[in-house]
Amino acid sequence: MSLATIFIQHTNFIDACYIVAFSLFIYGMSGLTGPRTAVRGNKIAAVGMAIAFVATLLTPHVLSGSSTPWLMALGLVIGTAVGVPAARNVRMTAMPQMVALFNGVGGGAVAIIAWIEYRHHFASGGALWVEKSEIPTLFAAIVGSISFWGSNIAFGKLQEILPGRPIKLPGQTIVNGALFVICVGSAIVLAAGTHSQGLFIVGILLAAAVLGNMVVLPIGGADMPVVISLLNAFTGLSAAATGVALNNTALIVAGMIVGASGTILTNLMAKAMNRSVPAIVAGGFGGAIAAPAGGPGAEDRGPVRSTSAQDVAIQLSYARQVVIAPGYGMAVAQAQHAVRELEKALEAKGVTVKFAIHPVAGRMPGHMNVLLAEADVPYDLLREMDEINPEFPRTDVTLVIGANDVTNPAAKNEPGSPIYGMPILEVNESGSVIVLKRSMASGFAGIDNPLFYDPKTAMLFGDAKQSVSDVTSEVKAL
Amino acid sequence: MSTITEIAILVLAAFVGFEVISKVPNTLHTPLMSGTNAIHGIVLLGGLLLMHEAHGVLEHALLVVAIAFGTINVVGGFLVTDRMLGMFKRKPDLPEGPPDKEIEGQ
Repeated sequence: MSLATIFIQHTNFIDACYIVAFSLFIYGMSGLTGPRTAVRGNKIAAVGMAIAFVATLLTPHVLSGSSTPWLMALGLVIGTAVGVPAARNVRMTAMPQMVALFNGVGGGAVAIIAWIEYRHHFASGGALWVEKSEIPTLFAAIVGSISFWGSNIAFGKLQEILPGRPIKLPGQTIVNGALFVICVGSAIVLAAGTHSQGLFIVGILLAAAVLGNMVVLPIGGADMPVVISLLNAFTGLSAAATGVALNNTALIVAGMIVGASGTILTNLMAKAMNRSVPAIVAGGFGGAIAAPAGGPGAEDRGPVRSTSAQDVAIQLSYARQVVIAPGYGMAVAQAQHAVRELEKALEAKGVTVKFAIHPVAGRMPGHMNVLLAEADVPYDLLREMDEINPEFPRTDVTLVIGANDVTNPAAKNEPGSPIYGMPILEVNESGSVIVLKRSMASGFAGIDNPLFYDPKTAMLFGDAKQSVSDVTSEVKAL
Repeated sequence: MSTITEIAILVLAAFVGFEVISKVPNTLHTPLMSGTNAIHGIVLLGGLLLMHEAHGVLEHALLVVAIAFGTINVVGGFLVTDRMLGMFKRKPDLPEGPPDKEIEGQ
């Protein structure tokens, strides 16, 4: 063995590589604090990943065995063949599904690795193996499995393979509680050292799988931003636990960064809905609907005023300030480019246009920002909820495009409403409101929106993309 | 490395993670999620490290799946994040340099 080989295969060298790798992850992630440095930050993190990958292959014995390199290459080729086209072709409107799926495969990988790690230590050490990495391995198995199945259900809902509305199952809380107890209980039995370990670990993985399904199935579309963030945190934490089990610092740090990120996002999203994470996990908005809402019924709310593209165009063209409040409907209709055209046409007429972005508009954190960025809307036109709310009284016209619950004034002034207390975009404070909507059907939360019956509000029914294009051509013709 | 050292690293990493990620603006939350997707793909290393110890068809097949899953995360995650961030960076009235084309290389 040459001196160079001895050097690069020395564990200190490999550990140093991992330290460089995780430093690059942290440095790269800190680039995400601004849109200009973010592209570079992402590339730096990718370089860190490449270093960690090479260091792993340099580890002594890792490539030993005649079939080992080939099997590794097989996995890498399959992963690349699936990942590259998916990443290149996914539409920006489908990003929530993509992230859910990526979360899921990450959780699946963790669960598999934990399982195999466990089998090996059982085979080599039997009941005597009550070693340090047993607890992190079991943790990774449980959380990874929950994350894999939960994310797949979330994907199914977002892709509309499964119904987006909450699916309520009888005795759900009790069943979930029981499954959780089974997971943790079996883990304790295993950690205490039982003799039928092979079966127990499979049982744990299965119970966690059912739990993952049961937890996400009842959650409605509007709660998806919270669920996706939570699953992201789960996958990260399980990866960190795998790192402890495998004595790999790069895995520990990377997993913890992801865990921290997911936790922060989960809290932000839950706060933006004024709901606690446990309440969301325990059941979607659907559960709240069953209770009679205290507010006035639809029939008491008065007539809905419908308008035409031409009238909207006139109103917008003579306004000083227009605020556009987009929601999931804009994503569904792929209307972001049409919206950008409208914004340009209005600016050409000297109208100030701003975008009001609610933190939970869409199906994942930052969903609207990505769509508008795709359509080239300058990000300095985008305003967060706290910034834009004081501006509504000074706004002549607010255009609500496919957003419903995040603009629902019932959240402010109807204590009986299921969304009472949720911070909203106060669009009803502006001079007049135009709501673009497919039909009078209520939003994903299934809650009636008094905004539609406000005398200041006019409804423009139809496909959001078509409606926006019609308004734009009318604006240009004026 | 002792378990206690590893737990120390874990705890410190949590603090660093919270510190760094809490500075990310709302605008970039979707790229943040896809970027962290790419980073947790690092579990791929776990698959690589265990492959030479695997016995039997089941374990080998499972590890190939785990490596494939991890690779999807790493490759797909970094690529899609790069694509998305390119859209944020692309801004017509930005004075610095020519508009950058999408860099797809990995």
